[in-house]
Formats: sequence, structure tokens, C-alpha cells
Amino acid sequence: MDFTVALAQIKPKLGCLADNLAIAEAAIEKGIAEGAELIVFPELALTGYFLKDLVPDVALRLDAPELQKLKDLSRHISIAIGLVEVTSDYRFFNTALYLEEGEIRHVHRKVYLPTYGLFDEQRYLARGEHFRAFDSRFGRIGILICEDMWHLSAPYILAMDGATSIICLSSSPGRGISDAEGLGSAGAWQRLTSTTAMFLNCRVFYCNRVGYEDGINFWGGSEVITPSGDVAVRGAILDEDFVLAKVDEGALRRERIFSPMMRDENMMLTVKELRRIERERG
Amino acid sequence: MGALSVNTTLLRKMLVGFVRDEVYKVGVKKGVLGLSGGIDSALVAFIAAEALGPENVYAYTMPYKTSNPESEAHAKLVADALGINYKVIEITPMVDAYFGLVPDADNMRRGNKMARERMTILYDHSAAVGGLVLGTSNKTELLLGYGTLHGDMASALNPIGDIYKSQVWALSEAMGVPHEVIEKKPSADLWAGQTDEQELGFSYRDADELLYRMVDQRMTREELIEAGFAADFIDNVQRKVQGSHFKRRLPVIAKVSNRTIDRDFRYARDWGK
Repeated sequence: MDFTVALAQIKPKLGCLADNLAIAEAAIEKGIAEGAELIVFPELALTGYFLKDLVPDVALRLDAPELQKLKDLSRHISIAIGLVEVTSDYRFFNTALYLEEGEIRHVHRKVYLPTYGLFDEQRYLARGEHFRAFDSRFGRIGILICEDMWHLSAPYILAMDGATSIICLSSSPGRGISDAEGLGSAGAWQRLTSTTAMFLNCRVFYCNRVGYEDGINFWGGSEVITPSGDVAVRGAILDEDFVLAKVDEGALRRERIFSPMMRDENMMLTVKELRRIERERG
Repeated sequence: MGALSVNTTLLRKMLVGFVRDEVYKVGVKKGVLGLSGGIDSALVAFIAAEALGPENVYAYTMPYKTSNPESEAHAKLVADALGINYKVIEITPMVDAYFGLVPDADNMRRGNKMARERMTILYDHSAAVGGLVLGTSNKTELLLGYGTLHGDMASALNPIGDIYKSQVWALSEAMGVPHEVIEKKPSADLWAGQTDEQELGFSYRDADELLYRMVDQRMTREELIEAGFAADFIDNVQRKVQGSHFKRRLPVIAKVSNRTIDRDFRYARDWGK
């Protein structure tokens, strides 16, 4: 179906759940008012990113009353949003929820927790174990969180699982200033989202936050990528924004006819070769 | 060479945004800085004026009796160009009162005392006007340790601490810092005729080209020699970076408990903001 997607390029406050819930709810109301049917938020939108020892303090159980309002709002608009999830065995996950028709339809726990350079996620967070696509009213969707996208296998698995839309929630720090037009990190992401869409003949909805935490900026530039890898719309660089885009079902159909790589993808060959590599590696 | 050239439009946006965001989230609207007449503090004044509005920027020139009068003239030029709040506060009486007690102190001790005297004045004015002290040390100085710990290195926020001197020059051009300030020889102005490059023994341009490859690109000593840098220059700069590392860290705390500040008690400074 054709639908309208909103990318809420917000500036969360570090460790302030109530404030961030209010920011998210305001963006959702705006999305509803503007006719959006799906709204995507950044990674850790409800908590901020460089949480360090705050992780347990801002974590929510999936049945937490704080999430009820979002569940209610999802009767009017589907919502993909990032938060810290705590499980009953007290593991803390960098999680993305997909809410639709009043309930949590899908939970993705970030698998690839970057722990290098300026990142330290694995020190504080538990690692997710699954990449699973799921059915939504917009067709089959796969969710990734930021670093997940940098692992070729992650969007591949989702696409093989039938996803025709990839939602990527991000808190990408801006870095790598040079004489180029954009930041190094922004340019790398832009190549990645476009290439992923082209490889997998799927749409990419990329939502990245803005703002600063301890001097580290998040560069924004949220974008909707068509199944042919073109940028349909891109949000402001470094400033808050609310990006709206019409998503055309026909564009997906046409791309899958023109470039049927996913149809031709030989999953059994891939699995067979990976099994061989596994065997040989011991 | 030329690895340090920079998109000044984007850099300006990042640094202006940084000052605005990090000042406002503390709950204040103002910035305070020492304006020496040199390029680093001039650039920070330009960034702060754009971020906070000139009426919210408070700049102070704090000359000692041996300071070059040209420095004060250049500081005033910058303040006038921006329309920021500006005041000259002489530090000669306080500094001389102290050195009356220790008359045999050498130039380094005197220079450090002056830098720390200026720091106390800036922090006092930070409280007086309700603004944050903005740092004016660039990445080259910070890496070489060419600054006074708890003196000119002290600040609440530093917009230029991750840009090299060469990039300070480029951004200053782009933001319209007066040419007199851009073109003069960098000097700490702690004693007559002092210039940074004479004291360091090499030029900022050369240091920047080396530091960029050494620090940002993590090139090995062999790769640096291959790229054309002299071995003794590499070793000299490497020694300065390593030897001054203590200046870039918080004081070391003896660990005895299970949760020690900064070791296993870890929170962002923007905690709750």
C-alpha cells in the first residue's frame, strides 16, 4: 500500500525519560496531524545515547506503564522507537519497539554493540540474538539499530526473511571533518543506506538524532531511500527536523521487476557455503 | 600535505551549535572568556557571539605590565568588531604582590602564575554574570602541552580543542576575524618578544601536519619518516605529547572502594541535560 512515513529527527535529553516521552508524544501527535501512518524515531530516543552507568536507571520493562501512552497512540499511527529495555533476568538491551494497533508488534534488540573508538556499548548492554522480519500493515518490515546496519549479514537476513522495508534507528555521532562537503561519518552512512537499498531492492527508513552530549554531536540527516537506492528525502544536517515522505508501493513493485536480485538470490548456496566455512574454521 | 584543510561552513555550524547547546542545557545563556589579542580567543569570541548573541558574551583582557600593548589593542579590535561586552582588568597588582614574596621566581613560574591569575578572574566573572567559561586552547597546544594546567587550559567548554592551529587560521578567515589578529605571530605574551614557534622550536604548520598523521591517522614512526618527517622532529613531538598527558587528565584518584569516580562511577557530564 502507499503510505506516509515521518522521521522524527529529535534531540533527546540524556537520561530524562519523562522529558523524552513528552518529546516523542508531541512528535507522534504532529505525525498524526500531518497524515503520517508510520513514524520512526532514533536509537535510544527515550533515553539519550551516552548513558554509561545510567543504563539501569532509565531501563523499562516492556509492560512498563510509561509505554502505555505510546501503545495507545499506535492505534492511530505505527511507531518505531528506541529505548533501554530491562528483562526479568536483569539484562539491559538497546531495543527498538515497533508498535501498531495498540500493541508491541515487534521487539528488536541491537545485536552489534560497538565497543571501539568513542563507543562503549558492550560494557553496559547485553547483546541481542536475532534478526527477524515481521508483518505490519505496510508489508513485511525488518528493524536494525545503528551499528547493526554496518554488518552486511544483518539487512541480508532481514531481506531473505521477506522484509521489503528496512527501518534503521540511529544515534550516529558526527565526526571526520575535512574539506569535503559533509562529515566523514555522514558520507559513509549515506553510501551505506543507498547501497543496502540497492542490494536488497528494499526501502530504507533511516532516522538519526541531533543534539550534543558532552561535546559529541549527532548529525541528523535522516532519510527515506527508495528501493532503487535513491534519496527520496533527507532531513537537515545537525538541526532538529521532521521529515515526511510519501512511500509509493508501485516503486517497490517496479524495482523488483527491473532488478530481481532478491528473487534470484540463492539462499541455499549461501547457507551451504557458510556451513562449509563454519566446518573448516572448526 | 594539506590534509588539514577543512570545510569551514560545516565546522562553523558544528562549533556554534556546540556552544549554544552546551551552554543552554546548563540553564544559562552567557559565555565568559579571556580575550588575549591572539587568534584562538578571537575565534572563540566569534563563535560565542554567533551562538549566544554578542550581548551574552563577556570578554576580558587581563594584561600584566610586561604584556605587549599591541595585544590589548587587538583584543579591543575583536570586541568592537563583535559588539560583545568587554573589560580590561590589570593583573599586575595581584601578580606583583605574590612575587614580592618570591622574588627569585623564573619566567616559567611567573608565566604560570599569570595564567592562573587570569583563570581565577574568569571564574569569578563567570559567577558574577552567570555564564560559562569558554576555553580557548586549540588541539595543537593541548597535544603539545603548551599551556598552563588550571590556567589557560581551564574552562567549562572548549569549542576549539579538537581543531589544529592550521584549522583555527582557516576558520578565523572564514568567520571574519580581523586580519591583524590572524596574521601576527602567535605568542603567549608572557614576556617581551616571546613567540610560540620560537619557544617550541618548530612551526605550527609543521607540527599540525605531523600531529594529524600521528594522532588522527595513527601512522607509525616508520610511516611518518617515509612521509618525509625528520626522525628527531617526530621524537621531539612524541615526547611532548606523552610528557604532557597529565595535563589532559583529571587528577589521579587512589582507588579503595568498589565505585571510584571516573573509574567505575561513570556518567556523562551532560547527565540529565
